[in-house]
Amino acid sequence: MRKSLAAAALVCGMGVAALPAAAQISGDVVKLGVLTDMSSLYSDINGPGAVVAVQMAIEEFGGMVAGKKIELVQADVQNKADIAATISGRWYDVEGVDAILGTGGSASSIATMRVAGEKKRMFFAVDPASSDITGKLCNAYTVHWVYDTVVLANGTGSAVVKAGGKSWFFLTADYAFGHALERDVSAVVTANGGKVVGSVRHPLNTSDFSSFMLQAQASKAQVIGLANAGGDTINSIKQAAEFGVVKGGQKLAGLLVFVTDVHSLTLKLAQGLQLTEAFYWDRNDASRAFAKRFGERMNGKMPTSIQAGFYTAAKHYLEQVKALNTDDADKVMARMKSTPADEPLFGKAVIRQDGRKVHDVYLFEVKAPSESKGPWDYYKLIRTIPGEEAFRPMDQGGCPLVKKS
Amino acid sequence: MTNNHTLRNILLVAALAVALAAPWVAYPVFLMTALCFALFACAFNLLLGFAGLMSFGHAMFFGMAAYFFGHTVKEWGWRPEFGILASVLGAAALGAVTGALAIRRQGIYFAMITLAFSQMIYFFCVQAPFTHGEDGLQGIPRRAFLGGLIEVKDDRAMYYVVLAIVLFGFAAVYRIIHSPFGQVLKAIRENEQRAISLGYNANLYKLLAFILSAAIAGLAGSTKAMVLQFATLTDVTAAMSGEVVLMALVGGIGTLAGPVVGAFVIITMQNYLAAAGEWVLVIQGAIFVVIVLAFRKGIVGEIGDLVRRRPKPGPAGSSA
Repeated sequence: MRKSLAAAALVCGMGVAALPAAAQISGDVVKLGVLTDMSSLYSDINGPGAVVAVQMAIEEFGGMVAGKKIELVQADVQNKADIAATISGRWYDVEGVDAILGTGGSASSIATMRVAGEKKRMFFAVDPASSDITGKLCNAYTVHWVYDTVVLANGTGSAVVKAGGKSWFFLTADYAFGHALERDVSAVVTANGGKVVGSVRHPLNTSDFSSFMLQAQASKAQVIGLANAGGDTINSIKQAAEFGVVKGGQKLAGLLVFVTDVHSLTLKLAQGLQLTEAFYWDRNDASRAFAKRFGERMNGKMPTSIQAGFYTAAKHYLEQVKALNTDDADKVMARMKSTPADEPLFGKAVIRQDGRKVHDVYLFEVKAPSESKGPWDYYKLIRTIPGEEAFRPMDQGGCPLVKKS
Repeated sequence: MTNNHTLRNILLVAALAVALAAPWVAYPVFLMTALCFALFACAFNLLLGFAGLMSFGHAMFFGMAAYFFGHTVKEWGWRPEFGILASVLGAAALGAVTGALAIRRQGIYFAMITLAFSQMIYFFCVQAPFTHGEDGLQGIPRRAFLGGLIEVKDDRAMYYVVLAIVLFGFAAVYRIIHSPFGQVLKAIRENEQRAISLGYNANLYKLLAFILSAAIAGLAGSTKAMVLQFATLTDVTAAMSGEVVLMALVGGIGTLAGPVVGAFVIITMQNYLAAAGEWVLVIQGAIFVVIVLAFRKGIVGEIGDLVRRRPKPGPAGSSA
């Protein structure tokens, strides 16, 4: 009896000693969960394309990492924070998901983020815009991957002023997001030597911008900033074209515009619009190669910056697992924050202590139809904005993780 | 009659046993969310099923109570039980104001007035700073219940607290329906003129029912905010008002257990069909159409009919 106990102890001891050498993969499978908007207003920007992007990343690893299988689960967040919280909790707790990517709008992403912090598992906030994610709400298990409201303001605001757009007029959606965007961009514009000559607030989800457009035209501002999003942005750009705003010499600055928005607007209406994005499919060889493979699976659609973000986030995560031989969230996170990344789509990037991924972003202008050489040839590069300039400095976000270190 | 009673008691005990054992089988947070929606649907059903008032704005009580809870507990540091109490009173007050105006009209006009109020509340929440707009009021702390007596950090412990709150809500609805007050409500639902001619002040009864329903919806909303630790705009949208109608319809309007079953069906679909991606809403819509066309009385209503129609109740009849 005693002998067998000793033997058992020996075996256990050997097991423990042997552990660091063998892969430490929880549940013997590396599971990625894509929880995003599949059906409603953001599904063009992320949606099914995001799932395809993550699949592409997994296939590049041959479906295996650290000798274990990689699995993918997906779900529609239905734009509800309730669903984000319950599904992420269930994925982490019951289904053994190691990392979640997503998760739709800001409310649902912040909900997932809190669950990730509680369960101590990885969360890649690819979708949301709220800069609070790496500000006062930050936690140690969340990486904010692509962009945030500060970048939109800094990028478009300062870049447009530096490119000569000195006087601004704002068309602002009358709710918290619009107000915040107007306030942030105004601050950036004034700090860079520009001036704000006026603004007008329009109701959320409005279809008639005519009176607002007339005021914007009458202001004689060089730049009309669109501090709104989604359908409101699309409608205001359409009606600006009808009123001949761009032809009259004023420029439109879209603060939250994706390449799919330009696609649905067409170049005729969107031409001359300036916007900031972290990724454009036609920027370099690597992005073109990725876009080509993506397009083959998505009926010729080109990836948005968010979909590219899903791909790189999944890939980057799997690379860490491969290098460390473990999917332990603490170790993966420590390595991500200590080693700068250099990957073809977003270029050189660091992940800061507060969870912010910092990379270069770009100011683009939408081409005129005559300049466009083919389908999806929409942007021309105006300026590359270095990451340190575009993102909010870490000490200004109010993230508690930063104070500690 | 006695047979029906024993059957009902057996079902009740079985349901209670299932409710007690559930968190060891299913994911507790999902169960708690479903329980809160079940209570919300019961509150709605109290109004539609027993007073005949079709409200299209119940999300305002549910959602506002969630915000009240979040604000009192997070910003003012109140204990959760006081937060819930404040939310229930807040929802009842909101119900008193909107109800007093809405019950002056009937049928579709009543529904439209409630819808208008809930849209006003929605736009208020979009703009008001304390709701934090699209980000939602996030990170409401989970404090121990009853001054530290019941620790609720663990999801299963939380589940039993929520179960107790929700059962209290169910009991309140049951008590209201089976009281003389509930009988008068039913009389008003069947024939308002006759109830008035019998000397009942129909408007007062309707207003009281409206306030009670708002308060219970508020109890559900604040409990949900306590469980999920946030309150967001989703809970005050018109879509949420529609969803609770759907829950009541699927389960069976005018039955006690109907809304509970309906809520569980809808919430389960939203959570477990989510992997079907863009098809969730289509499936939800298809089920709605099938139920409206084929099972007019909802799941529980139809089963109830089936049991009642049986000439001699067999032991196999309780498999529902």
